This record gives sequence, C-alpha cells and structure tokens, in this order.
Amino acid sequence: MSTTANEAPRSRGKAPAGERVADWADGRLGIYSLAKANMRKIFPDHWSFMLGEVCLYSFIIIILTGVYLTLFFHPSMNEVTYHGSYVPLQGQLMSEAYASTLDISFDVRGGLLIRQIHHWAALIFLAGMFVHMMRVFFTGAFRKPREINWLFGFLLFVLGMFTGFTGYSLPDDLLSGTGIRFMEGAILSVPIVGTYISFFLFGGEFPGHDFVARFYSIHILLLPGIMLGLVVGHLILVFYHKHTQFAGPGKTNKNVVGMPLLPVYMAKAGGFFFLVFGVIAAISAIATINPIWAIGPYRPDMVSTGAQPDWYMGFSEGLIRVMPGWEINFWGHTLVLGVFVPLLIFPLVLVAIAVYPFIESWVTGDKREHHILDRPRNAPTRTAFGVAWITWYMVLLIGGGNDLWATHFHLSINAITWFVRIGFFVAPVVAFIVTKRICLGLQRRDKDKVLHGRESGIIKRLPHGEFIEVHEPLSQEQLHTLTAHEQYKPAEIGPEVDENGVRRKVKRTEKLRAKLSKGYYGEDSQIPKPTVEEYKEITSGHGHH
Amino acid sequence: MFAPADKAQADETAQSLAIDEGKKLYAVGCASCHGTGGQGTTDGPSLVGVGAAAVDFQVGTGRMPAQQPGAQVPEKPVVYSQAEIDQLAAYIASLGAGPAIPSEEKYGPEGADIAKGGELFRNNCAQCHNFTGKGGALTHGKYAPSLEDVDPKHIYEAMLTGPQNMPSFPDGTMSEQNKKDIIAYLDAVNSDDTVEPGGLSLGGLGPVSEGLFAWVFGLGALIAVAVWVAARTAKAKKS
Amino acid sequence: MSSQDIPEENLPAEQDAPHGHGSVRTADEQNPFADPGLPPHEHRIQDTDERAAKRSERTVALLFTLSMLATVGFIASFVTIPVDKSVYIFPLGHISALNFALGMTLGVALFAIGAGAVHWARTLMSDEEVADERHPIEADPETRAKVHADFKQGAKESVIGRRKLIRNTMLGALTLVPLSGVVLLRDLGPLPGTKLRHTLWSKGKLLVNMNTHEPLRPSDVAVGSLTFAMPEGLEEHDEEFMTEIAKAALMIIRLEPEAIKDKRELEWSHEGIVAYSKICTHVGCPISLYEQQTHHALCPCHQSTFDLADGARVIFGPAGHALPQLRIGVNDEGYLEALGDFEEPVGPAFWERG
Repeated sequence: MSTTANEAPRSRGKAPAGERVADWADGRLGIYSLAKANMRKIFPDHWSFMLGEVCLYSFIIIILTGVYLTLFFHPSMNEVTYHGSYVPLQGQLMSEAYASTLDISFDVRGGLLIRQIHHWAALIFLAGMFVHMMRVFFTGAFRKPREINWLFGFLLFVLGMFTGFTGYSLPDDLLSGTGIRFMEGAILSVPIVGTYISFFLFGGEFPGHDFVARFYSIHILLLPGIMLGLVVGHLILVFYHKHTQFAGPGKTNKNVVGMPLLPVYMAKAGGFFFLVFGVIAAISAIATINPIWAIGPYRPDMVSTGAQPDWYMGFSEGLIRVMPGWEINFWGHTLVLGVFVPLLIFPLVLVAIAVYPFIESWVTGDKREHHILDRPRNAPTRTAFGVAWITWYMVLLIGGGNDLWATHFHLSINAITWFVRIGFFVAPVVAFIVTKRICLGLQRRDKDKVLHGRESGIIKRLPHGEFIEVHEPLSQEQLHTLTAHEQYKPAEIGPEVDENGVRRKVKRTEKLRAKLSKGYYGEDSQIPKPTVEEYKEITSGHGHH
Repeated sequence: MFAPADKAQADETAQSLAIDEGKKLYAVGCASCHGTGGQGTTDGPSLVGVGAAAVDFQVGTGRMPAQQPGAQVPEKPVVYSQAEIDQLAAYIASLGAGPAIPSEEKYGPEGADIAKGGELFRNNCAQCHNFTGKGGALTHGKYAPSLEDVDPKHIYEAMLTGPQNMPSFPDGTMSEQNKKDIIAYLDAVNSDDTVEPGGLSLGGLGPVSEGLFAWVFGLGALIAVAVWVAARTAKAKKS
Repeated sequence: MSSQDIPEENLPAEQDAPHGHGSVRTADEQNPFADPGLPPHEHRIQDTDERAAKRSERTVALLFTLSMLATVGFIASFVTIPVDKSVYIFPLGHISALNFALGMTLGVALFAIGAGAVHWARTLMSDEEVADERHPIEADPETRAKVHADFKQGAKESVIGRRKLIRNTMLGALTLVPLSGVVLLRDLGPLPGTKLRHTLWSKGKLLVNMNTHEPLRPSDVAVGSLTFAMPEGLEEHDEEFMTEIAKAALMIIRLEPEAIKDKRELEWSHEGIVAYSKICTHVGCPISLYEQQTHHALCPCHQSTFDLADGARVIFGPAGHALPQLRIGVNDEGYLEALGDFEEPVGPAFWERG
C-alpha cells in the first residue's frame, strides 16, 4: 500500500499525455470498462467475414461523398435554360436539379469524380450487402442468437434499395424520370387509395413540381438516418455476440479463435477501409456511371430504349415486364392486376429470404446458441432453398434486362419474356432439387474421405498383380473438421394415443412441422456422418490388406 | 466547253446511260426477288416510287442484296461499288418518283444546332436507337441497329425513306434542318472523337452494364483484396 | 408454440470441448474425431529473420510514402489541369484529364495507406491465434427472477393494473395523438378529382408537329411515317407543360385505309391518318417504337406491344388495355384538328378509371 501511495503522485506527473487524456475521459465516460471488454476482442480470419466490412465502408464513402454533393446540387424542378459548358445541351430547357447535376459533372473541379464515387459505391454497397447476406445465409450464421441482427441486415438491404432508387431519381434525367413514371403507374394500380397516394406524393398530377425536393429529403435525411441507426445497432450486436467461426481444431461453440482487435484488426479493418475507398476511387477514374449528360433532361413524352433501373431494382423490373396484362373492370372501377400483382410479389420475394431463419428454427425446435458455422453442404435443405431463391431472383433480373439480352445474344424479346414467365415457376424448383443432390454428393465424399483417407494419386501394384490407389489417412485435425457438424433427427409427432388409450389431438401445425422436419433431416436429406466405430472397423481392416 | 443546252443534253445522255447500266445490274442482282420491272414479288417488295435514296441506303449499307430470310435484313459488307449503286439508284428512280440521294450540304455540319438535334433525337429516335444511338431491341428478334460509324448520308436516307420496319420521317413532318440537327447531334455524342469525361462508357447501355461492371470488377476486386487481407502469411520453413 | 415438445434426443449432441485453449495436444485413443485443440503456433519468416522483417518495414514505409506522393499529385492535378481538358487514354477513350488524374491519385493515396496497414499487420504484428471464451447471452436464473420481480413490483407500484381508467384513457390519448401528424400530410397534394380523365385536347384544337412546331396538314403525313404532335397553344415554356404533355402527347401515323382492321379506328381517322396517345396504358412510358411494316408499336420500358392497325389492341406484354385513340378531322383551312378530347383516360389504369 505504502509503495503505491508513494508512487502515485510521481506517476501522475510523469504519465504520457495520451494516458492522461484517457484517464480524463474514463472519469466521465467510463471508457476503460468498455475498452476492457473490447480492445483485445478476438476476430477470426476468413475472407468471407470481410464482406460486411465492404458494405460498412462503402456506406461511409457514400455518406462522405453525398455530403459533398449536397453542397452543389439544387433539389428544384424549376425550369431553366442551360448555359453551362456541355455543348450538346446548351440552350435546352431543363430542371434546376438536372442543370446543377450537369454543373457538378462539367464545371466543378472533382465534382464528376465525387459523383461517380457516390454512385459506384452505391452499386457496390448493395452488391456487397447481397453477397454478405448470402454468406450469412449459407453458413447458418443467422441462427440463435443472431436472428435480430439478420433482420437488421435485411432492413438495411431493403432501405438501401430505396435510398438508391430515390438518389437515382434526383438528377431528373430522362432515364430516372422514366423510372419515376413507372413508380407512379405502379402506385396508381393500388386499389381504392392508389390515385390519392399518387396525388399526395407528386403534389398533384405527374410529374408536377415537387417530387425532386421531396425525394431529396427522403434520400439525404430520412432513409440514411434510419440506416445509420441500423448500422450502429448491427455493429453493436456483432461485437456483443462475438463473431462466428468455421469448425476446426481448437474451435468450439464456446470460444472464438482469431486475432485481437488491437493491434491486428485495427490495422486490417482500418486498412481495409482505405483499400475499399481506393478501389472505388480508381473505378470512378476509369469507368463512367450514369452519364446524365448523354441521357438528356426528363420529358414525360420522351424515352429511350434500354430503360432500366439500377441493378438492385432489376428484379422488380423483371416482375413487371413478364406479368401478363390482366385488368378487371367492374362497377365503374378497374383492378389493374397486371401492375398490382407484381407490386405485391415484389415484397414477397424479399420477405421469403427474410423469414427463413424463423422457419428453420421452428422446424428444428433448436433453442441453443450456434457460433460454429455450417458448411453449406452439411445443411442441404437450407442450401437448396438459398440457391432456389437466388435462381428466382436471377431469373427476374434476366427479365428486367430482356431487351439487352435480346440484342446482345440475337434472341427474340418475346421468347425471353416467355422463358422468364416459365422460369419464374420452374427454375427455383429445379435449382432446389439439383442443389440438394450436389450437397448430398459432397457429404458422401466427405464421409469417404474420413473413412478411407485422401486419394493420393499414387498407384501401387500389389505382389499378386492387383493395382490399387494408395489412400492416405487424414490427420486428426482433418478428421475432426470433417465430422464436427451436427446432424438433427427428424422430429416425430409422438403417439397419437396416450397411455390411457385416449386419442390425443394432434395440431395441424405439429403435423406440418413433423413433415418439414422429415424433409430437412430424413434419410433422403442427409448422409449420416461416419461414426467412430465405422472408422475403427475400416482402419483396422486396412491393416490386414 | 458545253453550252447550257448542250450540258443539259449531255446530262440527259449520261442519265439514260446510267439507267441502262442500272437495269442490267438490276436484272442480275435484284430481279429474282423484286420482279423484273421492280413491281415486287412474294419475296421482295415493289420498288416503284421508293426513290434513289432508298437504293443508296439499302445497297450502300450492304443490306441489299439480302442473303437469307430472317427477322430482319442485317447490315453487311457492301457488294457494289458506289458507281454501280448510283446506276442502280438511277434505274429505280426512273420507275417512279421518290426521294433523291441527298447532297452533302444537307447532312454536313454547317449551320446545324446540336442541342436542338439532341431534343429531336430524344423525341423521334431514342425510343428505338437509345439515347446516343447504341441501338435496341424490337419485337420478335427485330432490332434497331447501332448508329455508330454510320455514314451521315445513310442516316439521312434512312430518316427520309424508312427502311424495313423503321418509320419514315419525310420532310413534311421533319424538316431538312431537323434532320441536319439530328445528324450533327449524333456526330457530337456518338463518334470516335466523342469525349466521355467519366471514363469507359461501358457500351453506353445504361444501368445493366453498370451493374455488371460493379459486380464483376467492383465487388470482384474488393473480394480479391479481402482474400489477401485475411490470408495467412507465409510461414518460415521448419528446419 | 410446440417447440417445447421436441424430444431432446432429436437435437444433435452439443459439441463437447474437452480441450480448452492452450491445452496440450494429446492423441485421443478413444475418439479419433476428437478436437485436437489449437495447432501450435508457427513462426513467419519475419519472426525468425530480422532481415525479412526489415524488408517488410521498408515495404510498409514505401507504401505510406507512395500515398503521400499521390496526395501531392492529387493537389497538383487539381490546381494545374483545366476542368474541360480531355485526353486520349487507351483503352478508355477520350476522357476528362482532370477526372482521371484526380481519381487515380486519390485511389493510389487511399489504397497505399490500406495496403501498408494490412502488410504491417500481416507481417510484423503478432500473428499468434488466441481463443476468447464465449459466455451465454441468456441471464442466469437468479438475474432473470430478479428482473421479473422488479418489473412486477414497478408495475404494481404504478397501479396501472388496478386503475383501469387511467390505463384506458392513456392508451386512447397515445393512439389519437399521431393522427395530428397524419392530418398534416393532407396538403401534400390536391385530391384527384377528374384530372386524370381530361387532357388539353378539345374540339377544334390543331395538331401541332413537335419537330417543326407547325400545325400538321394531311399531306405532310406519309404512309409509313411517324410524327409526334401536341395540342395547339401548349408551349414548352408553360408552367404546366410537363404535366400537360404527360397526358396529351400524341403519336400520328398513316396507314392505307384498307389496312385498318378496326371499324372505329377507321371512323376516327382521316384518310388513314390515325392519332393515338403516346402514353402507354401499362405504367405510362411514352410508347413509340413503331414498326411501320407490321404496324406494331412496342413500349421500350416493359415491351407491351400494340397493333396500331387494329384499334391499338394489346398483342403482347403487361399492358391491360388498348391505347386511347383521338378522333381527328380536317378544318376549313385544311389543317388536322381534334374532334374532341380522348374518350377514355390516357396512361396507366387506376382504380376510378372504370
């Protein structure tokens, strides 16, 4: 005690400035207890775990460049005559929004670069979220305790789509205006209230004078504000849950193996931000995105062929393109099924993937925490469902670009539309069946490898003339990794008659669950993993060969 | 030197000579589909009244003579020399009055308003040929071709005559000045010298090619970087 | 739900982890599949060879220096390159010199920082893998019981359960108060009324050619040609031009009268000249990809196809009904004129359309 008392004043006087600032902050914010839990937090190393970082960093880049763009962009639909430096538009009537976007592109030094970084980063943000979501899906990382974070991520993806769409519409160019017109037509198709919503959104008839200003506040304030909150929540949960990891030697459901935040991940993750920003900046130096000057100002009576939205809205474009033109007229009203049905399927496509974790946890009835990731092959039904969903999404994406596929592959646009109409129903089913087969095949191969060893490629001739390929036994690390996955047994309904001979009422949901569970974990849906007994029997047999 | 009367006389002689030559070429190369007198058959439309401009466009871009039936007759290497095309055109023009081959001052850049041309292009042409003339799809395998590297004369003739499924834009509804403006606009935004300030134009096809680029090169590059960041560093050899 | 009734034996056995972190690796005779524990740490070249470590240090420093140079290059480009200067760079084409210079220097400046930091982390920072214990997220039973008890006590002390009147009126007030916000949204726009049913067209309005801004005569319109028209009196500088042209835009073609299959279409035409709305009945794109040989018009947005020789009925795609036709004639001075407004609403269908 006495020594510390003696040393205390001396060390206070001598403590480096950083330490003193930290002490000051701790006295007010309690940062030390926060840092104690997090400074040396362990993160596992795997490239696929960095996909989320791609999203986070492109989101930050979008915010930084977006703030810059607001300094020059005029969210106004007042008609002006253009006198800027882009010759092919001089003297043309256009909205102030379009004219200011031209100024950003041609007269503000670096404005074009920032505009392109903003837009490229947006496309990469959405693509990153898509791939990140699929990584989480196929490895089962959405299982307890991470279901809420899955929903946070899903909401970010959906809000990202709408933030992108509203931003894409702001320059008021001919392409984005066509997109807005499509949106207006879709809103009009909503029964009973559609016309009113449209008039309220556009401040009257389309296009009116208001939507750019309204979309502007939605694009720069409302949606990004919500997204920022969700991103923070998403990250807090990632820290709180600690990262998942793949099975392997030393890795269990009760630990996380990797390297500490300080210093390794501080450097790797911090460095990765600069890498992402650097790559996007270079892309923006090399490739044009959304050349609004070539597209021209919006006029509701003009259009260009190849009118498409950005890729993340492409599947909705596909839906609307392939839908037959059903329309029902009754009692002085029109039910525009040809537009309204796609408008309803649009959220369904997204919700199908969002609710999956809850369906799976209901089927398994598993209430335990899961921190060890599945290899996709070891969860064949889930993997097959995921691939079917992606196939569905891709078929619609093809539908959304049917005119370009037609010209580039010399096909008939009508034939592609029919292909998509049929593919919408058939392709996911085929993808499901094929994927499940492939998964089971890979499981068999793993089992083979465990029991018989790895094919070494060395052919040996035995004394009696027989040729055999030498199989090398696996190391214990490999054996463990290949057998670490869990296998469920299908749930059973249980006896329908209880011990007193009274018929028990079996709920329909219970029957459904038993059926689904059989589909998930029945004999046709997983290959039983090798047991220790099988292994010992075969390895001892090998000795006698 | 000819006197004016002689000149007219000589022009007329030259003209009738050209028609005769054209007729011979026609009999060999065109008559099997369009009929011996240009009256048309089941395999090809009548050419009476289509005018010299239509011939100059169809043969001058290699579309005619057609090779095989299909959704649309495509552009091909040109088979005839310009002199032969002129003779063919003279012959067809003699069958019935139609638009003549435009002179160069009609499609040259002098006196053209590029911005007005852009507006006209977006109103009349972009719906099939895309914002800057990159082409697009029509029904059942037909397409509006790309206007890149197309001779301004041929663009003018196409507007005038409406080849295949393209509607025509005769001078009555689209003035000569309008056509000149459109051609000047195309030259400004879709030629080898067009400045694409942002970099690669990715085909000028809009969001589909941009989306593909973002996935393949954007996300692709970032995943490659991520693999490097997360990969293990080479270990020292155990000795 | 019934998840509680899942028999325990159907759940896979929890992975047991006999070897905590840092345990000595022992071959398990009983279970060949058992977790052997973390493999021993292997040194990198940089850990054992100081020269290699020095090389790494120099590489990192070089990358950071490169970034500094690139930033200097960025500022220099910004100051020296004019904003409108273009340059030819293979294979990019003619591009803005400033955009390319700024983007590349910024890209290098950022990428080099990242590459330096990551190389530093990969080669010089400790790469020993360590394990961190996880703790269950669920609270232990005592905490759980305590929280539940606290909550019950709080709820009890608030008397909300007993004083139903307070509870019900509070819920009522909280439910009603957001309505003020909803009501405020009312003035976002006017009510639709019959606005979507009417356009600027009316009897006697001339059809003005949008290319030349001159009124059209029948002789201007040739068979196989395509022309767009707007109503006389509408000017591009008008305040409401956009809203009006969004409904009034007209597509004019001429067919041989005997090629017109639909009787009403023929009646409403003038010498084979027919005028259709240019606005697609699907979701409102300006539809005008007119194929003059097939008489089909295709929408570039969603490929609805209309047969303009047969009442513009839909022959393919998602549109639900034919394009509205405008009845036209010729006035005393020989100009094409409208004989009234469209008889049905133009553009996308809506609930009140009927």
